[in-house]
Amino acid sequence: MAAPLPKRIIKETERLQNEPVPGISALPHDDNARYFDVMVEGPGGSCYEGGVFNLELFLPDDYPMTAPKIRFLTRIYHPNIDRLGRICLDVLKNNWSPALQIRTILLSIQALLGAPNPEDPLNEAVAKQWKENQAEAIKTAREWTALYATAKK
Amino acid sequence: MDSEDEVNSVVSSVDVGMDDDDSSVDFGADSDVEIDDHYQDDAAFETQEKDLMPKKKAFEVDYRVYSPEDIQKQQDKQVAEVSTLLEQPHEITAILLRFGRWNKERLIEKYMDNQEEVLDKAGLGQDVYKSPPRIDPPRIFTCDICCEDGPHESFALKCGHRFCVTCYRQYLFQKIRGEGEAARIKCPGDGCNRVIDTKSLDLLVTSDLTDRYHELLMRTYVDDKENLKWCPAPNCVYAVECGVKKRDLNKVVPTVQCDCHHSFCFGCTLADHQPCPCSLVRRWLKKCEDDSETANWISANTKECPRCHSTIEKNGGCNHMTCRKCRHEFCWMCMGVWSEHGTSWYNCNRYEEKSGLDARDAQARSRQSLERYLHYYNRYANHEQSARLDKDIYHKTEKKMTLLQGASGMSWIEVQYLEEASRSLQQCRQTLKWTYAFAYYLARNNMTEIFEDNQKDLEMAVENLSEMFEKPTDQLAALKVEMMDKTTYCNRRRVILLDDTAKRLKDEQWEFNVELS
Repeated sequence: MAAPLPKRIIKETERLQNEPVPGISALPHDDNARYFDVMVEGPGGSCYEGGVFNLELFLPDDYPMTAPKIRFLTRIYHPNIDRLGRICLDVLKNNWSPALQIRTILLSIQALLGAPNPEDPLNEAVAKQWKENQAEAIKTAREWTALYATAKK
Repeated sequence: MDSEDEVNSVVSSVDVGMDDDDSSVDFGADSDVEIDDHYQDDAAFETQEKDLMPKKKAFEVDYRVYSPEDIQKQQDKQVAEVSTLLEQPHEITAILLRFGRWNKERLIEKYMDNQEEVLDKAGLGQDVYKSPPRIDPPRIFTCDICCEDGPHESFALKCGHRFCVTCYRQYLFQKIRGEGEAARIKCPGDGCNRVIDTKSLDLLVTSDLTDRYHELLMRTYVDDKENLKWCPAPNCVYAVECGVKKRDLNKVVPTVQCDCHHSFCFGCTLADHQPCPCSLVRRWLKKCEDDSETANWISANTKECPRCHSTIEKNGGCNHMTCRKCRHEFCWMCMGVWSEHGTSWYNCNRYEEKSGLDARDAQARSRQSLERYLHYYNRYANHEQSARLDKDIYHKTEKKMTLLQGASGMSWIEVQYLEEASRSLQQCRQTLKWTYAFAYYLARNNMTEIFEDNQKDLEMAVENLSEMFEKPTDQLAALKVEMMDKTTYCNRRRVILLDDTAKRLKDEQWEFNVELS
């Protein structure tokens, strides 16, 4: 087996389970404690409200010196999230700091759902729509949320 | 011998600049180099020296080669100077200067204007601790990075974000080794802008990491200075200083020779490409590579930074690009400055339409001009190949020289002419190669003929000399005088061609069928 799990990861995992963040859950895989199934609820009042979004999160070997790798698995209509579910978020890139945690990152992602930023687009088509016809964009986001992110299983 | 002088003039002007430091070398008005001030005292001496020197050719530029130690000294000196002015310790001044990209005057002005703001932006604001950072003795506390309670040694910058020394070290290791970052390593605290200083770094990490750190710092120093460039030769550690500015590159081809003997263009750091100006070289090389797979991949997957022309692959993230090298912020779609279109980024769609149109146009045009292109390309490629073959000859020359010594009883000194000839061939072919790229973009007018005549003369001289190399070794001794003459002639033709081309380039007399960008 690989090196023992750092205390940091154990502690973070425990805390995620013992003091869960409302609307967010992250469960490590039994066979890989660095790989998490993440679920984020769309924030209330946003066009993602009522949606439950699945993400995958992986802690690389050099975590927490480098940021976790994270990606949406559920399709989502959002200017900062592309078709593959990759996320454009500063704290996952330049502004990552080892003092940040899984929970803070997930909170940032939830906040990003509440405040889409079409000025810094990853998904151009979506961002364009967002800028030019916000009402229409929000409507599409709602439809997608209902279509892809509403619990059926 | 008049011709001899011309041949040697390139070398001699360099020699004087480097060995005697007395310098007819003029770095331009805004040079920061301290050594200059010092030598201004010798003004009278300098003019005398100038009179003695052979006149500089139009295609030569002034430059100076620096060793890493020289560069370090330059930095230290500037830091020391500004340090006294700003009344800040050395390591803090160094951070400020790096933040101000080594533009002393502007930094000092800004600092005097608004000290708080400059310190804050440079990552030096809001001190929690007043005393200089040090490693605290072991005690119990939970480090936010490893979540261990200790007891462990800990460290915090003046911002007060405290972490255990092990984590701090790992963090710095990741930044320096992993990310190649040095000048802008921040405190690991979330959202903290505090930049780590050299002194703190020295406290924390081992010497091999500090060596790397200083190497990276040196790199950013040279990268930040417009008048300094690293010699691009593999494993070469020298940097070259030259006063030629980017905006002058359409008028001059600033060719410099490093102490490692590599000749390169200061403008674009490619190997010597006289007489062709950088922008045409860039255009030409791109064109030549258009058919290769690599070029296809590069053109499909990368773009060039609009400011420093570094090739960039976008492997994720949004359109807001920040060039890793020069920190230029631009939009990936339209390549425009980011700050200008932050709120109207959708303008980029226009780019899509226009570029589609341009691409189709370009394709149609390229088919028509393919024939013309091939004419120049074949000659260009031929010289490139011949230069490579001549290089083989160069390696064989040594063998020949030894053979010749045995066969004819000539001394080592007496057979040096072979090496001279071989070197001359290399250099002339390099020049000839680029004359074809140059000619490809030249619009036809009265002067084109002069250029083509010069080109033809040099080409004939080169081929004549090249032919002599093919002769069997036993005949070489008899050809010595002829070969020396031909070598001299080649060099002279090259100088004539370069001089004439450079003069006209400077006076903007050439007309090109493309825009010099």
